[in-house]
Amino acid sequence: MALALIIALPFLGALIPLLVSRMGRSAVAIAAALAPACGLWLLFSQRAAVFAGEVQIAGTEWLPQLGLNLSLRLDGLGFLFALLILGIGLLVILYARYYLAKSEPQGRFYAFLLLFMGAMLGVVLSENMLLMLMFWELTSLSSFLLIGFWKHRSDARIGARMALAVTGGGGLALLAGILLIGQIVGSFELSVVLAAGDQIRASALYPLALVLVLLGVFTKSAQFPFHFWLPHAMAAPTPVSAYLHSATMVKAGVFLLARFYPALADSEWWFYLVSLTGLATLLVGAVLALFQHDLKGLLAYSTISHLGLITLLFGLDSKLAVVAAVFHIINHATFKASLFMAAGIIDHETGSRDMRSINGLWKYMPHTAVLAMVASSAMAGVPLLNGFLSKEMFFAETLKQHLLGSFYWVIPAVATLAGAFAVAYSLRFIHDVFFNGEPIDLPKYPPHEPARYMKIPVEILVFLCLLVGVLPGYTIASLLAAAATSSLNGELPQYSLTVWHGLNLPLAMSVLALVGGLFIYALRKPLFAWYEGLPEIDARVNFQRGITILMRITDALTDRLETGSLQRYMALLLGSVLLLVVFALSPLESLQGSLPAMPVDAITALGLGIMALTALLTAVFHRRSLVALMILSCTGLMVALAFARYSAPDLALTQLSVEVVTIILLMLALFFMPAQVPAESSSLRVLRDLGLAGGVGTLVALLVYAVITRPYQSISPYFLENSVPGGGGTNVVNVILVDFRGFDTLGEISVLAIAAVGIFALLGGLRLAHPSRDGNGRPWSTDSHPLILDILARALLPMALLISVFIFLRGHNLPGGGFIAGLVTAVALILQYVARGVAWTQARQPLAYHVLAGAGVLIATLTGLGSWLFGRPFLTSAFGHFHIPLIGEIELATAMLFDLGVYMTVVGATLMILSNIGQVSQAEPFREVR
Amino acid sequence: MEALFAVTLGVLTASGIYLILQARIFPVVLGLTLLSYAVNLFLFAMGRLAGGVPAVIGRSAEYGDPLPQALVLTAIVIGFAMTAFVVVLALRSLGETGTDHVDGQEPGK
Repeated sequence: MALALIIALPFLGALIPLLVSRMGRSAVAIAAALAPACGLWLLFSQRAAVFAGEVQIAGTEWLPQLGLNLSLRLDGLGFLFALLILGIGLLVILYARYYLAKSEPQGRFYAFLLLFMGAMLGVVLSENMLLMLMFWELTSLSSFLLIGFWKHRSDARIGARMALAVTGGGGLALLAGILLIGQIVGSFELSVVLAAGDQIRASALYPLALVLVLLGVFTKSAQFPFHFWLPHAMAAPTPVSAYLHSATMVKAGVFLLARFYPALADSEWWFYLVSLTGLATLLVGAVLALFQHDLKGLLAYSTISHLGLITLLFGLDSKLAVVAAVFHIINHATFKASLFMAAGIIDHETGSRDMRSINGLWKYMPHTAVLAMVASSAMAGVPLLNGFLSKEMFFAETLKQHLLGSFYWVIPAVATLAGAFAVAYSLRFIHDVFFNGEPIDLPKYPPHEPARYMKIPVEILVFLCLLVGVLPGYTIASLLAAAATSSLNGELPQYSLTVWHGLNLPLAMSVLALVGGLFIYALRKPLFAWYEGLPEIDARVNFQRGITILMRITDALTDRLETGSLQRYMALLLGSVLLLVVFALSPLESLQGSLPAMPVDAITALGLGIMALTALLTAVFHRRSLVALMILSCTGLMVALAFARYSAPDLALTQLSVEVVTIILLMLALFFMPAQVPAESSSLRVLRDLGLAGGVGTLVALLVYAVITRPYQSISPYFLENSVPGGGGTNVVNVILVDFRGFDTLGEISVLAIAAVGIFALLGGLRLAHPSRDGNGRPWSTDSHPLILDILARALLPMALLISVFIFLRGHNLPGGGFIAGLVTAVALILQYVARGVAWTQARQPLAYHVLAGAGVLIATLTGLGSWLFGRPFLTSAFGHFHIPLIGEIELATAMLFDLGVYMTVVGATLMILSNIGQVSQAEPFREVR
Repeated sequence: MEALFAVTLGVLTASGIYLILQARIFPVVLGLTLLSYAVNLFLFAMGRLAGGVPAVIGRSAEYGDPLPQALVLTAIVIGFAMTAFVVVLALRSLGETGTDHVDGQEPGK
């Protein structure tokens, strides 16, 4: 519970600053700090258990079928990261209170920040890997909002987009990797996965899974060659940079390395991929950092370099290296957050971040200068500061690896060189900014110290750097031990956290790096000149170019596929269906199944023959619409007969009545359509169409034959057995419709009603030209009410209504029911329209059709809801036998009420459709029929 | 008999497919209607074919599979609603664009 609350608090708390955004900057900041402060307090209350080495796992199932659970985990590693996220988050909130201008939307800034914080906490506290991934994607999305906070600036928008594209793309790779791991292990729970390291490494999928996970890690943690997004993310407000690039966003990647270490490490794949990537990033970042003139650019590249260092440590694949990596994560978070904040203060007070113009600030802001100098020294790895301790451990570990064989010296050599560059750029941060003459052309002159409280977060962080650096054993030891233990899944190696380890090789490397750094910095002028001469590689331009090329390719592809011709789409679709089905059916060994064949009887064969022939003729005569329509109606009748022949009387009745209304519908439509369809297909296209039609037809025939000659397992015996005892009806088809699968039927009559309403809406305001002559030039008959039809129709109406009542009532036990009765009623009423015209019939219509259809759906729904009154599930039916005087024994079921709803909907919808289309063909202007 | 039934369904499908590949609305609607016949018969045939065994309890010794029948019954009615909707959509398109070509414009314009 506490765990879930720690994650939920920032999400909920994100609303508070928005609500109080008009109450002044301090109020908003305090409101924003509420949730993380509570979260921090909750986290601390778990401290004892975590330091005792306990792993707390809590949560509930969500979608257990997919392995997705809402399970959370708190162990040393999660505790450390949650502490950094919440602690530094609080400091950033305080800092941002003074950093943001009064005119900027503070509420929104803090809301984004808290969203991001919640997402980060989710990543580090998830037990389920899929859940972790969801939070991971949330960090990408919310960091997009934060980096692009100054949305009026194009560099901020581009930077945000770049970060989202790179980290989001990595997230997809990570998803694939995690799914593979889940596949191998059979679970997405971390505790299972971490214990299954051997199983994962033995799997053939291991290299693929590892590469995919590492892609996610390397993009998020800005490892070479994906590092380019990070410097561009510096377009964000400095509090965001201080937060995202010290303790959170970019640390999510290395967090995964620490998290998955027991599951994925300990292989040559891991060593080469992780350590070499880390090594390259370490060096590239350190060298490029020196050449940045932008204060934040220098810090950005140094962040990349330090992330490379941490990655390299994990890659070295020894337990001590993991301890060092976790230690450096903590140290880097503290000194880099304070440095970003110091850079923000300088930017804020001078109006510039260009180190070529910011010089000699020592005189103007000595307090800030001291803080920045201490933090820079920590970054450089100067003794008695925290950075020195982890750097010493790092140097020691680089010496121990041996997998590179006779090139083992490469890693320590490169590490020392990168260390020297780190000293050089740290020195530049100190010397260039605070000394080195006088400021040149500052936008704000003279600069002065910032607001008192703006320095407090920096002071706290710098104090921590010092404290850890001087007294590591008393301050950080237990936290580090807890975090490293859980990263290593329980086994902690021997190590000592002391400042002085004696005269050894790592110390010599440190000294070499310090001296080398001084030397490099002394040579900076010729180095800068050399760097200026290099061809410029602008990541932004390259990124844009890549995006443009991608767009061009996809555009070309879309243009090729999407020509706007529906016929072409249809042909492509059918062609693909043909291919896929052929592919799917090709393993079929024999076409004929094991069922005994039915004997051929002449009448059925004749019926089927007529059906096939009329279908063919419909296609042949399709250019003469009326003829084709008449032939089509024969096919429909034969279909009804086929249903009757093969024991489906309900279907035969339904098909027959639907056939009537369909043909009337098509006749109505034909009134407006050209009677002749022009011949416009080229012979090649006719050939293509014939080929497709023949192909699909053949496939369907083969498929049908293969299926109906094979025996099968049906769930129908259940319905047959329970129809009478459970549903109270002997017509199983009807009982299925109104009882067993009543919910489906409810959906279906709703669709029917919706279609009717849609048609009503489509016809609204429609004006169509009324042709005065038919396709052959003959005028339409003016006798709109043929006498014989009129008299017959009137005589038929009561009989037809009687029959439909009969069909309705017997439907539960014999073929019939609401659908068929409704259609029969509809046909009878339509006949009145045909015989007497819309206006005459309309005037005698007792009930509006849309009311009828709506009432039908309502009655069916209420019948279903009625069963709730009796404490039964939706649509439970009840039935009983009653004795009614004169009529006698009768069975009544609630399903009948439901069927009444079906009946009303069918009548209402059918008539609404036909009478409205009929209305269009009558007189203008269009009048709506209700 | 099964073979004959299968071939008939194949012919129905082929005719329907040929018609829905045409350029004008009315043949396409005819094609859709033919296709829905074929689909309904196809679904119905999934319960296998047999004569004289309606799924009415007490009327025969054996019973046909009632489930595909129930499915197809609603499918027939919904099929009508769909056809009507397509027809009205076509009429609307005819009213708005003045052509009965499926692309909403005469070819070559």
